[in-house]
Amino acid sequence: MGLNLIVLVKQVPDTQNVTGEAMKEDGTVNRAVLPAIFNPDDLHALEAALEIKDANPGTTVSVITMGPPSAVQVLKDSLYRGADFVALISDRKFAGADTLATSYALKCAIEKIGKYDIVLCGRQAIDGDTAQVGPQTAEKLGINQISNVSNIESIDAKKGKIQARRSIEGGYEVVETSFPVLLTVTDEGYTPRPASVIKMMTYKNASAEMTENYDESYIDSSVERTADNAIALWDINAIGADVESCGLKGSPTKVKKIESVILKKEDITMVENTDDGISNMVHELIADHTLG
Amino acid sequence: MSSNNSVMVFIQQDNGKVADVSIELLSKARDLADRLKATVTGTLIGDNIKGEAEKLFQYGADEIFTIEDKRLHDYTPVPYTKIMVDVIKKAKPQIVLYGATTTGRDIGPRIASTLKVGLTADCTSLEIGDYENKGVEYTDILYQIRPAFGGNIVATIVSPEKKPQMATVREGVMKVGDADPSRKGTVTPMTFDLSDADFPSVVIKKIKEEKLVDLKGSQIIVSGGMGVGSKENFALIKELAHVLGGEVGASRAAVDSGFISKDHQVGQTGTTVRPKLYIACGISGQIQHRAGMDESARIIAINSDNEAPIFQIAHYGIVGDLNDVIPKFIKAFKAKN
Repeated sequence: MGLNLIVLVKQVPDTQNVTGEAMKEDGTVNRAVLPAIFNPDDLHALEAALEIKDANPGTTVSVITMGPPSAVQVLKDSLYRGADFVALISDRKFAGADTLATSYALKCAIEKIGKYDIVLCGRQAIDGDTAQVGPQTAEKLGINQISNVSNIESIDAKKGKIQARRSIEGGYEVVETSFPVLLTVTDEGYTPRPASVIKMMTYKNASAEMTENYDESYIDSSVERTADNAIALWDINAIGADVESCGLKGSPTKVKKIESVILKKEDITMVENTDDGISNMVHELIADHTLG
Repeated sequence: MSSNNSVMVFIQQDNGKVADVSIELLSKARDLADRLKATVTGTLIGDNIKGEAEKLFQYGADEIFTIEDKRLHDYTPVPYTKIMVDVIKKAKPQIVLYGATTTGRDIGPRIASTLKVGLTADCTSLEIGDYENKGVEYTDILYQIRPAFGGNIVATIVSPEKKPQMATVREGVMKVGDADPSRKGTVTPMTFDLSDADFPSVVIKKIKEEKLVDLKGSQIIVSGGMGVGSKENFALIKELAHVLGGEVGASRAAVDSGFISKDHQVGQTGTTVRPKLYIACGISGQIQHRAGMDESARIIAINSDNEAPIFQIAHYGIVGDLNDVIPKFIKAFKAKN
């Protein structure tokens, strides 16, 4: 029995390689100068969805991302790995969104697709590390959530039930619930599959096309997909979002100040790398009761 | 409800016992409330938890709201969110704080979304100050300070227009003030009509593995980073920790490289520690790591790169190969005993 799955992904700047020029004067990030990658946790969420599809023939995996036009790259990557349908929601009016405004836009896009049993997303994105968009999207959809999922233990497609293993401090818990549900997935339990060469050939020239109206054929797995119809591009009107709830306007949090990290200089005692030097240091630490 | 001007803490309980992070947040809430001339409230949800509520006044709470139901023994997001949202609507706190635990990071965003208010994750500092935006002045706003963008920047976030202002804070970041057993407060039980439909999740089992690594409880931590080079070389780190009577820590890079298991990880995504002595061996000192250990009373940095950022927060610095330095350290310590 086939399920309808929606995966939320994000293209993120590779935060391991941030330089000073990456920061704009207003404190926001100039993503253009950083290498953009598929958010790592989201790849695990996609893999979880693809494994459900493998086990439940007839399942459809749709992938949604919100971002600038260049974010289409993570959607192509999703197609290469086995996604059936992908949509980019992109509009200048989404700019400056905090997690609340982001989850609102994602909720509108999910509702445009309409049919879903499970929504999956990565636990958190490496640019913000907030882990908030998943739970907030679940709340906006009015559905249950299981966050921090390391593994899906079982799915009963007929009964519409799922059991998921959720990582908690010092261990885990297994939670059971009914569809629809949103899961946030960690990088612990899944190994993302590589891109398929055949799919890469199929989609290599795919580009985002503007689609005002949602077309049911997108989730009809019998419709053959080609580079021409694989990627939907939706703007704020296409997903029926209220402009007041999007972007900076829809974001209750404001950035007051951004500081580059400046290390506070402590009085440091440089110790010679000699037996005498280290012995003196140990002596001092014993004298002030740091060492027993 | 005694007050519509409070700093509220979501009091997390696990198996009926209040989480350490909630006590830490009560101490911080007390500081903020004193600055704001407000009270400190807490919301404790669970089963049979009144006894725990009584213990919270000594840490600065003035009023604890309790909600008890057998079905609330385990945390699940839907009923807990419903209750918290209702309590917040009634008590109208200015600020609500949550531990940045798997529970707090699950419920906080859900509550923020319901109330359409801001939430800042993983704050490392909370302050009160003024804010001006487009000619509008806001006084006594919560500054929610957190590292962002992989720790390369520190951002001060405000949510001035909507109340409550909400933030999550990691365990170990805020200090617990001195307990005052003579402090008194009020326990205010609240009742809710919850139907079975309010409990869509069932926790089937909960497994807590016995914790073999106790970083938070250790006064001495010897940590290794990428500079250790291999899993085998970590034996030297372990030996120094053993000789000094301490625990073994590690940077995220060392954990990701498979040198040692994740429960040893110190830093923003690991454990936050403040021991008497922290010895950083072959750790360059990325902000994510420093955020988890820079409050240590004494820091020794051992690194072959004299430009490594770790030296800038260290009290003692030794430039050299750790394979050469650590044996000297062990020898010197053994000689003193």
